[in-house]
Amino acid sequence: MNERKNMLHVSSNPHIRSASSTSGIMMAVVLSLLPAAGYGIYHFGPRAIAVIGVTVAAAVITEWLFGLCRKKTTITDLSAVVTGLLLALNLPVGLPLWMAGLGAVFAILVAKMLFGGLGQNFMNPALAGRCFLLISFPKQMADFTTEAVRLGGLSWDACTGATPLAALKAGESVNVMDMIVGRTGGTIGETSVIALAAGACFLLLLGIIDLKVPGSYLISFIIFTGIFGGRGFDPVYLAAQLSGGGLMLGAFFMATDYVTRPVTPKGQYLFGIFLGIMTGIFRIFGPGAEGVSYAIILGNLLVPLIEKVTVPTAFGCRKGGKPYEK
Amino acid sequence: MARLTFVGGIHPSDGKELSKAQPIREILPKGDMVYPLSQHIGAPARPIVGKGDRVLAGQKIAESAGYVSAPVYASASGTVKAVEPRRVASGDMVMSIVVDNDGQFEEAPARTVRPVEEMTKEEIIAVVREAGIVGMGGAGFPTHVKLSPKEPEKIEYVIVNCAECEPYLTSDYRRMLEEPQKLIGGLKVVLRLFDNARGILAVEDNKPDCIALLRKLTAGEKRIGVSTLKTKYPQGGERFLIYAVTGRKINSAMLPSDVGCVVNNVDTMVAIYRAVAEGKPLTERIVTLTGEAMKNPCNYRVRIGMSYEELLEAAGGYRVTPAKVVCGGPMMGVALFDLKIPTTKTATALLALSKDEVSAMEPGACINCGRCLEVCPGRVMPSRLADFAQHYDEESFLKYNGMECCECGCCSYVCPAKRPLTQEIKSMRKLLLDKRKKQGGER
Repeated sequence: MNERKNMLHVSSNPHIRSASSTSGIMMAVVLSLLPAAGYGIYHFGPRAIAVIGVTVAAAVITEWLFGLCRKKTTITDLSAVVTGLLLALNLPVGLPLWMAGLGAVFAILVAKMLFGGLGQNFMNPALAGRCFLLISFPKQMADFTTEAVRLGGLSWDACTGATPLAALKAGESVNVMDMIVGRTGGTIGETSVIALAAGACFLLLLGIIDLKVPGSYLISFIIFTGIFGGRGFDPVYLAAQLSGGGLMLGAFFMATDYVTRPVTPKGQYLFGIFLGIMTGIFRIFGPGAEGVSYAIILGNLLVPLIEKVTVPTAFGCRKGGKPYEK
Repeated sequence: MARLTFVGGIHPSDGKELSKAQPIREILPKGDMVYPLSQHIGAPARPIVGKGDRVLAGQKIAESAGYVSAPVYASASGTVKAVEPRRVASGDMVMSIVVDNDGQFEEAPARTVRPVEEMTKEEIIAVVREAGIVGMGGAGFPTHVKLSPKEPEKIEYVIVNCAECEPYLTSDYRRMLEEPQKLIGGLKVVLRLFDNARGILAVEDNKPDCIALLRKLTAGEKRIGVSTLKTKYPQGGERFLIYAVTGRKINSAMLPSDVGCVVNNVDTMVAIYRAVAEGKPLTERIVTLTGEAMKNPCNYRVRIGMSYEELLEAAGGYRVTPAKVVCGGPMMGVALFDLKIPTTKTATALLALSKDEVSAMEPGACINCGRCLEVCPGRVMPSRLADFAQHYDEESFLKYNGMECCECGCCSYVCPAKRPLTQEIKSMRKLLLDKRKKQGGER
């Protein structure tokens, strides 16, 4: 026993580690969403703060309570904050707050924790929450009118109304410049392309996301829409389709969710292409004007399959991955 | 010219500035010398001295016990105290010859040296074999085996691994600056074995002084070139080095000679030169003593067999209490719990870290970020392999090419969830290799 006294620490190699951490990544994602959230608050008024506050709080509290039962707290990794914030950005500002909170509870409890928590969920929790609300409360979720935008005695001269995508689908003309700045109706975080692009650039510069998924998503969507959209490759139409709805938010912040996109590089391209095509199908041939959420969720379900067929070829091995022999 | 490299890899902070400026210092051991009989891959050497025998520096004390094996030489004079199991850096107990060092360093007569030009290829290989030379970069593969491929005429490249991609280590760097002639001399000896080969000194571009010096010294040599590699870990990994220099790829089941290459590291080349041109067996090497907790970070010329504890004392000890002491570099080295272990032929460094970044880390859940895939030079899926390893899912582990892992540590380094990926995969590989060996033995 005496010999043990002066022993040094041991652990397996490597003995140095990079500075990156899960909570650091989540923090960066939260920061990257702030421009969009900020614009949403400016554009839709203080009620947007209430929606964001309720979903973030509901998400974190749900995860915390779940952790209490499991005697293991996971809220410090900040992933629940990301889920709550993303969900809020995907909701119309006038949604009753209890519904927003319920969506966050569903997102965390059902889509994430019941499947084993962070890293085990097979679909993006925020999108699962949104789709849950879309199915449960279709009327409120599609209500982008001014009347809804009221918080207590406060009223705000918010710019709301039919979303540009709905107008586009109805054959009306839209102002692309307004869509890029964000002066249109829609969910809290999806309207301003500029704000979303700023956040996306931040994540790209930090290397937290790359262009494999968003790039292939947007390009395949443009091609699909150009061919089947009925307006050919009309640049104004395509720009409106790109800037409209949840495409930018979805492509850069939700399709890139680590847990629910393929981990293999080739798989990420396939995944992006699939999303582009599905979004196109939903938008052009579907009953609604939107399609991003369902496209991504469908894509999430295909991830295991995509990963299976895109296992990278090991260094020095033949294509298709010849197993080790000898 | 474009810098040569491979796909993947990482850029850790390199820590080389601590020790790179000081010239190599000589340290003579005072205490007992311990010579493990297994300092190489292959059969342990057979002792040819017994308790009470007097041995001289440079005297053979254990002979090679097979083709893949290497003899061991005493590096100091004295009396054999015991032949007994002693602990080595890996933590294993290895049968070792313990010599009571008399401090005289009385030398055994050197082998008579003949000019290299007059020696046949077989003679050169025999000298290398007899000198106990093994790969001194860490693996310890007997060098004579490497120098005897099935078809020597098909060897097109003799690559000297001057990458030194491990952070903190500077022994090869100092060697290149201080004894470049011996390095080039060693390369010339090896080139004599392979008539159709070109010698390449492959250096990372963080050592521009070495590149310039080696270029100058090899300017007139038709068969020797200097290649500049991109500075990236693990650029010095054999498979990635071959790829960077030649564009050829080998997997873990292949040998460099399968693609016409022979790779040796700097210290090994110098040892070959000393054996062939000076008649000296392998009894010394350069060891980097470094790290934030080390008082005098520097490179030392060490007699193999000296204990790390004594080496550390002679070098001035610690500056502050170290949090962790590593034998080798920070990426692939082995953490030591005790310093009463001998330096061996493969001892590259003693690294005293003032911070222990790893022990306190709580591994979290994998968030599937894919960073491990991006950096993996073996192009496998470390996160997936670690899962398979945890569940002992042998079939999936093999199917996903788990054996292609080179254990470089890049995946653990980058993992934001701080999962011990390398450790999991390494343990699984070891189990499978042992199993394979066992099955092979039964047949």
